[in-house]
Amino acid sequence: MEEDKKTNRRDFIFTASYALGAVGVGAAVWPLIDQMNPDASVKALASTEVDVSGVEKGQSITVLWRGKPVFIRRRTEEEIAKAKDVKLEDLPHPETDEERAKNPEWLVMLGVCTHLGCVPLGDKGEYGGWFCPCHGSHYDTSGRIRKGPAPTNMEVPKYEFVNSNTIKIG
Amino acid sequence: MSDHEYTPKSKLGKWFNDRLPLLTLSNHLQEYPTPKNLNYWWTFGGILTFCLIAQIITGLILAMHYVASADLAFGSVEHIMRDVNYGWLIRYVHANGASMFFLAVYIHIFRSLYYGSYKSPREVIWIIGMIIYFLMMATAFMGYVLPWGQMSFWGATVITNLFSAIPLVGESVTNWLWGGYAVDNPTLIRFYSLHYLFPFLIFGLVILHIWALHVPGNNNPIGIDIKKPSKDTVPFHPYIVIKDLFALLIFLIVFAFFVFYSPNILGHADNYIEANPLVTPAHIVPEWYLLPFYAILRSIPDKLFGVIAMFAAIFVLVILPWLDTSKVRSAIFRPLYKQFYWFLVADVLILGYVGAMPAEGLYLLVARVATAYYFLHFLVILPLLGAKEKTLDIPLSLTEPVLGGSPKESMAKNKKEI
Repeated sequence: MEEDKKTNRRDFIFTASYALGAVGVGAAVWPLIDQMNPDASVKALASTEVDVSGVEKGQSITVLWRGKPVFIRRRTEEEIAKAKDVKLEDLPHPETDEERAKNPEWLVMLGVCTHLGCVPLGDKGEYGGWFCPCHGSHYDTSGRIRKGPAPTNMEVPKYEFVNSNTIKIG
Repeated sequence: MSDHEYTPKSKLGKWFNDRLPLLTLSNHLQEYPTPKNLNYWWTFGGILTFCLIAQIITGLILAMHYVASADLAFGSVEHIMRDVNYGWLIRYVHANGASMFFLAVYIHIFRSLYYGSYKSPREVIWIIGMIIYFLMMATAFMGYVLPWGQMSFWGATVITNLFSAIPLVGESVTNWLWGGYAVDNPTLIRFYSLHYLFPFLIFGLVILHIWALHVPGNNNPIGIDIKKPSKDTVPFHPYIVIKDLFALLIFLIVFAFFVFYSPNILGHADNYIEANPLVTPAHIVPEWYLLPFYAILRSIPDKLFGVIAMFAAIFVLVILPWLDTSKVRSAIFRPLYKQFYWFLVADVLILGYVGAMPAEGLYLLVARVATAYYFLHFLVILPLLGAKEKTLDIPLSLTEPVLGGSPKESMAKNKKEI
């Protein structure tokens, strides 16, 4: 069986057929996998406009954006000062307050704990910001993680002030 | 498989059996030689088969009345409870049936651990069993999401967020699982679809599990290899069938107690509040049968490593046949293993308890110690015991402890092989 050991034309045809077959199966399977990704109707809800004219200092509202809660808080001077006072080296996920709140009076962020996705409670926790009841993460007045299992700060979504009373999220 | 050829008595039976040997299979199942010393811990295989079939039948009925839609699901479950004839009964049997299924599977698994049923030549039975167990957890989790209550929604959020711990692709994976940017209607519908599919996968694996069992035959409390068929065995029917049915009746009494007297004791009151994506319940707890793994997840302060530890806790079970190097199967003849076995049982119960408690203070400390011990048991203690433990003398046959020795020369030879 000497000639069987050498690569011959038949081996080439086998390898080529398997390779083509694999590509074909991959192409056929991809739609079956991709159908589970967010669909057009979900993506169409990608932005939402919020009227914030009724929010007083020290109040926050929660709106639903892409199925997730977004906290919009009009912070007091005291809260802003507290958020700015923190040294960066004290933060597990260092971000300055300026990076997180373009307009310091308004803090807009996803109200989703970065640990396992629960909604943190406002005006609670050891840092005067938010506290997640699920697994005990503490966030400060800038929504930055200070203590607990959450790995990162609460996410700031893309948003802009359309006019002084309206925020467009997304 | 039994080695003797079977021929049906009737002409029609023979005609059919020559074309599809179902009667041979049926005969094999009846005659299947079973160790005569099997105790009641061996009846849980039959009980589990019953549980699976009961879940499939009640689930099929519930699917006739349930609506998988974020707007309508919660209402349709209440509709089942209040309007559908016997809907309350069928739903309570299905919901408590899941708990009963896990109760039985935990007894079944711990029986295997005690008597070393996972060891050679039964490793494949064990691994198939672990795949079944994993699919059961996935099925139960997705089923719990379907009523679309607060615990459903937030349980789904926490568990699917586990995948966000995967580096780089975590977010894409969770968005793919959700079909959106949070748990929502698309998530509910796909969970419903998969919750319907998985029991049938489990059913197929159960057939493989039993097939793999019938190759070497049952282990037994003494844990020795026995000759089949012989004086050490009895035919499966009627001996084991009747014993299994009796055990099933006792089990059904417990089952019925939960269904009729405390149908909600194993659930959470929060799940009778409709899902609200803006408010997380104060204390999220998974169903009781997932608590030990939940405790392991929370005991690690890092998100990614917590998730890895949780999945590793299941994976160490899969590779158990190679971690436990002792040649002796049954704990009866392993004085040290027997003690460590009960430590493990206590450890898992402790993990379950702290998993239900808030992750802080003493509970967190206990969870960490118990998690460490869990892995210590499988990764350190078992391999060491295999090398160091002095095991007791193993009888030559099942009859030897009673009759003082096996009459057969072949049995005596077996001992040297062990």
